[in-house]
Amino acid sequence: MSEVSFVRTEMLPEQAPPATTVGFVGWIRHNLFTGWFNSIATVLSMLVIYFVLSKILPWMFMSSWSAGSLHECREAIAAAYGEHHEGACWAVIRERWIQLFFGFYPSELYWRPILAFFSLFVALGPVLFAEYVPKKLIWFTAIFPFFGAWLLWGGSIWVPISAILGFVLGYVAYRVITPILGSLAGVIAAAAVPVLWWIALASLFASSLESIIPLGIEAVESRKFGGFMLSITIGVVAIFGSLPLGIVLALGRQSDLLIVKALCVGFIEFIRGVPLITLLFVASTLLNIFLPPGTNFDIILRVLIMVTLFAAAYMAEVVRGGLAALPTGQYEAADALGLDYWKAQRLIIMPQALKISIPGIVSTFIGVFKDTTLVSIIALLDPLGLLAGIRADSNWNGIVWELYGFLALIFFIFCFSMSRYSMYLERKLQTGHQ
Amino acid sequence: MSELAQKREADRSKMSVSDHIAVQITNMNKWYGAFHVLRDINLTVNEGERIVIAGPSGSGKSTLIRCINRLEEHQQGDIIVDGTELTSDLKNIDKIRSEVGMCFQHFNLFPHLSILENCTLAPIWVRKTPKKEAEEIAMHFLEKVKIPEQADKFPGQLSGGQQQRVAIARSLCMKPRIMLFDEPTSALDPEMIKEVLDTMIELAEEGMTMLCVTHEMGFARQVANRVIFMDQGQIVEQNEPEEFFNNPKSDRTKLFLSQILGH
Ligand SMILES: Nc1ncnc2c1ncn2[C@@H]1O[C@H](COP(=O)(O)OP(=O)(O)OP(=O)(O)O)[C@@H](O)[C@H]1O
Ligand SMILES: [Mg+2]
Repeated sequence: MSEVSFVRTEMLPEQAPPATTVGFVGWIRHNLFTGWFNSIATVLSMLVIYFVLSKILPWMFMSSWSAGSLHECREAIAAAYGEHHEGACWAVIRERWIQLFFGFYPSELYWRPILAFFSLFVALGPVLFAEYVPKKLIWFTAIFPFFGAWLLWGGSIWVPISAILGFVLGYVAYRVITPILGSLAGVIAAAAVPVLWWIALASLFASSLESIIPLGIEAVESRKFGGFMLSITIGVVAIFGSLPLGIVLALGRQSDLLIVKALCVGFIEFIRGVPLITLLFVASTLLNIFLPPGTNFDIILRVLIMVTLFAAAYMAEVVRGGLAALPTGQYEAADALGLDYWKAQRLIIMPQALKISIPGIVSTFIGVFKDTTLVSIIALLDPLGLLAGIRADSNWNGIVWELYGFLALIFFIFCFSMSRYSMYLERKLQTGHQ
Repeated sequence: MSELAQKREADRSKMSVSDHIAVQITNMNKWYGAFHVLRDINLTVNEGERIVIAGPSGSGKSTLIRCINRLEEHQQGDIIVDGTELTSDLKNIDKIRSEVGMCFQHFNLFPHLSILENCTLAPIWVRKTPKKEAEEIAMHFLEKVKIPEQADKFPGQLSGGQQQRVAIARSLCMKPRIMLFDEPTSALDPEMIKEVLDTMIELAEEGMTMLCVTHEMGFARQVANRVIFMDQGQIVEQNEPEEFFNNPKSDRTKLFLSQILGH
């Protein structure tokens, strides 16, 4: 008994931790040199990093910024750094960067895409950083899709206005029909009325108003679009179109209504089973066969629709993953409190399902944004498509790394920002044990 | 079995049963596929009754009380809650659900909302109560379950017992006429069981109609006016708590009691 009996008679004072675990040395020891395996790995990684940087840094910085051709570039570098030094020829970027950003958009109208780009961030404010911006800004977010498109393509102001009117009519239809025929009829009316409006009346409305009150800015044709402007346009539309569409598809896939479910599953599986390039080809060539001859269905609009549908199918599966991860108790609690299906989805299920799916959603966003480069295959001049032209130019014939490096850098900036934002969002929405 | 629960003496004086019928279940049957979970259930609950439902695992206790607010659908028989019959009519279901509160074994609080938002959500969206008023009601009930100071925290930051009390407050904010409890204390540590049971006892003292699935026999003795014993989807025995515990009639009940009371 006395062997195991122990009572502490004096408490131990607090002591400073040993020097080897704190400070710079402690950190290095703890993180880089714990055990022989870790130490070898550290040394090897250092060597690799040194090797790579020792090649890349001199190439990047001992380079030429001003020259009219690759030949001049080489001469300038040889003169400055010696015959055997290989340096980058950034002059090509300096000469062509405007084209890489705007394609063949008329240069006197560059302010329009630039204004659209910055308006995009203003419009995103209420969505991405709700607590830091005034609430009223959400109205700007609501009209931005129309305003932005109008800035890019120009033309009569009545076209975007009649497009907005479609949504207004849909809302009115929903409000009028729901109390009379119930919410399902209301939803159907809210979808059908705008579509009818856009197909049958919107263009008539816009053109007749235009003839009475001509108001507008210079129109720019779609084939002048190019460069990052085109990538960003397609990417932004696909990203913000695919999320709501994907949510609807994911909900449809879980629906008890057999037809809705079958349609959603069929759509998702079909789109996911077909490569994006195929869809783009369909958009660029095959679609003409089905459309009445003479209809001018804008090529970029077709691509936008295809890329959005493609992204939506993937988004639907990501969201479905989030829905599946929610415990059934959440649905039951919402039901037990008397919330109806849509309220439960909006207030309880979706906020949680989307939060769980943030990493997947953002991966899909990033994937879609990078996939926009595939449109070069159907002869749209996205940055990749423009590169072919630049490299074919006799002045710059033979230049590779500088151009692709530049593209990679710009894409990286966008994709990395999205990824960082998603991490910020996840941290912000963290409500568990802290 | 919680000894702790018996320290607080329930005051039975205010627990009065009225003639008004709160829940009436007649000849109700339910199947899961081919499996007959609930067999010919007949049960009438008057307003103000506190009913404890006991029985071995898998006997259909949860299924029974979940039928009352249509979390499960019954296939035969009638269930009438507060005068409204449960059919597939969504209007009736919504009406009944907003009058019947439910607490779950795993609390099922909404983790993305603060405690206060958990409590105000249904009043605001279902009852259309103005936000300000809903918050006042919520604080009133949070005070009642003795955690007003946690209102701005999130469910993940609370202990199990506190979460269950929030869940009770959340249901009460809808001013329900009937409360269903499905093993509200079985996911809790012993010291937290007491705080939840105390809250439930208080609720009973105020005359709430309650149907509780629970293994807390101390609670049943103190609070219930009727104990129902279920086995294999059937009501095997029901009686007043004293009679039920001291003088069980059926062999199944005796066996069950001897197991659960541990002697
Ligand atoms: N969704 C379901 N599908 C098929 N069978 C089910 C389903 N839910 C429950 N069951 C079965 O129905 C029976 C009754 O289940 P129920 O949950 O009502 O039991 P219980 O009395 O509450 O048990 P416990 O004390 O373990 O909670 C069990 O045999 C269970 O396996
Ligand atoms: Mg159960």
